[in-house]
Amino acid sequence: MTLTFLILVLIGLSALGFYIGRGRALNTVSGRVGDLHSLPSHYGFYVALWCGIPSLLIVAAWLILQPQLVEALVIADLPSAYRNLPASEFGLLLNDIRNLASGNVVSREADEALLAAAARLNRAHAIGSGAMWVVAIAAGIAGLTLARRWIAPQLRARNSVERTLLIILVISSTIAILTTVGIVLSLAFESVRFFAKVPLNEFLFGIQWSPQTAIRSDQVGASGSFGAIPLFTGTLLITLIAMLVAVPIGLMSAIYLSEYAVPRVRAVVKPLLEILAGVPTVVYGFFAAITVAPFIRGTGESLGLDVASESALAAGLVMGLMIIPFVSSLSDDVISAVPQSLREGSYGLGATQSETIKRVILPAALPGIIAAVLLAVSRAIGETMIVVMAAGLAANLTANPLEAVTTVTVQIVTLLVGDQEFDSAKTLAAFALGLVLFLITLSLNVVALRVVRRYREIYE
Amino acid sequence: MADIARDMDISSPGRSESYELRLKRRNATERRFRMYGVIAITLAISALAVLLITIVSKGSSAFTQAHILAEVFFDPAEIDPDGTGDMKVIAKGNYALLAKRSLYDLFPEVEGRRDKRALTRIMSSGTDLQLRDMVLDDPSLIGTTQPVWLLASDDVDMLWKGHISRDVPESDRPISDQQVAWLDQLAEQGQVDRFFSTRFFSSGDSREPELAGIWGAVVGSFWTMMVCLLLTVPVGVMSAIYLEEFAPKNRWTDLVEVNINNLAAVPSIVFGLLGLAVFLNFFGFPRSAPLVGGMVLALMTLPTIIIAGRAAIKAVPPSIREAALGVGASKMQVVLHHVLPLAMPGMMTGTIIGMAQALGETAPLLMIGMVAFIVDIPGGPLDAATALPVQIYIWADSPERAFVEKTSAAIMILLGFLITMNAVAVFLRKRFERRW
Repeated sequence: MTLTFLILVLIGLSALGFYIGRGRALNTVSGRVGDLHSLPSHYGFYVALWCGIPSLLIVAAWLILQPQLVEALVIADLPSAYRNLPASEFGLLLNDIRNLASGNVVSREADEALLAAAARLNRAHAIGSGAMWVVAIAAGIAGLTLARRWIAPQLRARNSVERTLLIILVISSTIAILTTVGIVLSLAFESVRFFAKVPLNEFLFGIQWSPQTAIRSDQVGASGSFGAIPLFTGTLLITLIAMLVAVPIGLMSAIYLSEYAVPRVRAVVKPLLEILAGVPTVVYGFFAAITVAPFIRGTGESLGLDVASESALAAGLVMGLMIIPFVSSLSDDVISAVPQSLREGSYGLGATQSETIKRVILPAALPGIIAAVLLAVSRAIGETMIVVMAAGLAANLTANPLEAVTTVTVQIVTLLVGDQEFDSAKTLAAFALGLVLFLITLSLNVVALRVVRRYREIYE
Repeated sequence: MADIARDMDISSPGRSESYELRLKRRNATERRFRMYGVIAITLAISALAVLLITIVSKGSSAFTQAHILAEVFFDPAEIDPDGTGDMKVIAKGNYALLAKRSLYDLFPEVEGRRDKRALTRIMSSGTDLQLRDMVLDDPSLIGTTQPVWLLASDDVDMLWKGHISRDVPESDRPISDQQVAWLDQLAEQGQVDRFFSTRFFSSGDSREPELAGIWGAVVGSFWTMMVCLLLTVPVGVMSAIYLEEFAPKNRWTDLVEVNINNLAAVPSIVFGLLGLAVFLNFFGFPRSAPLVGGMVLALMTLPTIIIAGRAAIKAVPPSIREAALGVGASKMQVVLHHVLPLAMPGMMTGTIIGMAQALGETAPLLMIGMVAFIVDIPGGPLDAATALPVQIYIWADSPERAFVEKTSAAIMILLGFLITMNAVAVFLRKRFERRW
């Protein structure tokens, strides 16, 4: 909270700087605005930026560096018996000191050295925060006074303000790139650690998935097995069921809406279909688990079939329902993009509307439809909540839609929800699965965009 | 094409018999094809209807709760034996005992510890808090006897709403025949009733379904959305401005563009992994905090907002820019004074749609630990919290029958928020959309 207050103070200081700068600029030319190089408000922004940006940067740097510096200081003061502990125990010790300092429960007897370290940690943090206030506000005031002194009629305030703004714009546009880099690096980094424990071959081609690793090495079943084939087949099975639902329904809806429906029907039905896309996936998951799965199970039983209560069919059907609007709106776009002249040419030869659609429009729109289906597949593979709530946990290697299967996303969630220790193969496996997921969806997406781009070139 | 021509039988333009037959067949195919379209749309829309009807029919009963009317004696000996009148002492009184005694008074014939315990099971374990809050609100109640509608337990509630059938054998239901008999006796005297309770809207999560409320999750979602909004809108709008107005056409901007399109298709759970690895493990942010949830969701919605923002900026006609440049505005002034205000409605629409998407997102929040069981209402973005969709997930996973209706009710509230947001977006688009 004090941090928010400091930031508000600095922003207030910058606002003050704006008025000081503007007033100063008007003063230097005794009110004749025409003599200034830039508008008075530009001088105001000039001072405000000089006041705000350096001080906020100092706060940011301080927040990043302070914990590390303070801890280094505390570690240096610890008795050597503690400092020479092995790395893992030392981490626990540090954790305990931190907990002691914040008044939480700790896992060991707090001896004097620890208590002293905790007190020192608290004191150092208090001093650090106080110093941050002083330095940040001093920097703000310094920037304000300096910038105010630099103001002169011939100062090119507009140019420097606009250059600064442009730099800020460029920085924000790189955040998207940084996100991708962050995703790739974090997934790759943890996956490399995983593959150091489990060979890549075993992961990609093994058919046994049971990630329970034991805590002690002498326990039974100490080595989990990490063959991901059952997960891949499970994901494919559910995706296939989803596509069998979504592609015919979505495509036929799109055809009907763009070729047959009168505008009034279209205006009602299209938003209704789009609602399907707006329903949160957790709602679909609940629907699948509480309504669809028991229904399928009941139907199966009355037909004398043995259906698992978490069957792939239930999850797949509901996922297909979720993807319908995705397929239909994308296909709608590509069907509408087919030039009218093609339709008219076909009608002119005496073809009926459905013959025109089947033999002229669909072939012309095919690349776009394929792209839409690929995007839908990538959506289905990455979908999490429906399968977490409606598909099973056991990794069965089966193609029977009535049995329970598990998927890549379900396993990521089960491996990472709850307690984690960051050096076990079990936790790292989630990142390896995440990497696979990321690569598959990325390549599907790239292929789809390629197809769309090539298709576009035909008519432009 | 070739076979269409053959079907038309160009060689004999007269209406031969085979021509009529073929025409009939072709028209039938036409009708059938059109029918497939209607069937597809009907299927999709009726599935949506089934979904919504299921949720509403399961969830609407969650807004009322069964209560039991009992005469409670606010015994001074149990609340404030020394008569201090100190609120701290009063808050520590043995209210559970008072609630139990009021039930024993209703059924004086019940003897024995087991039966007595079974009797107290028909009321909620939260009745002591209910009585305590009454006394804290009005200390003059001490020493008096008051009729109080005590909150019934979730099993009684379910029985009362008909979700637990009386017909199943006793061993198969969570409520015994004896308890059912007691309830029937109370019901005859009009001492059991269900009415609207604000508890569902005002309290946090609980292990007891009758005590669990949605407010903690709503507040958690609020903080998460606030963080997300504050991060994603400035960054998204500025990126859109740069890419659309300033960026030179070169390799780098191509890369940024392709990258944004790809990010939009990355599964949300991957963003959760990013948040776990970078924000929690690398930077050491607190687990379960709306701050981290908001940051992860901000990265996830960023592509949506950039794409919508660029479309809005692109829709502003170049004549506006040229006119402004013509009267001597700088490039930056053109953008800030003219293009941006005109593109604002479109950007707002995109932002609201992005936020609606983020509000319904669950998977990335699971990764950063927002699934913890949290009773307290979060007071800020650094407190441990859950979010509305995560609360739905947690409740859907709970075994108690009463959580089914709670889950459905929470879904109704979440859908209510989403519908409102989308309605606002549609309104903005209708109200401010300009055709140039």
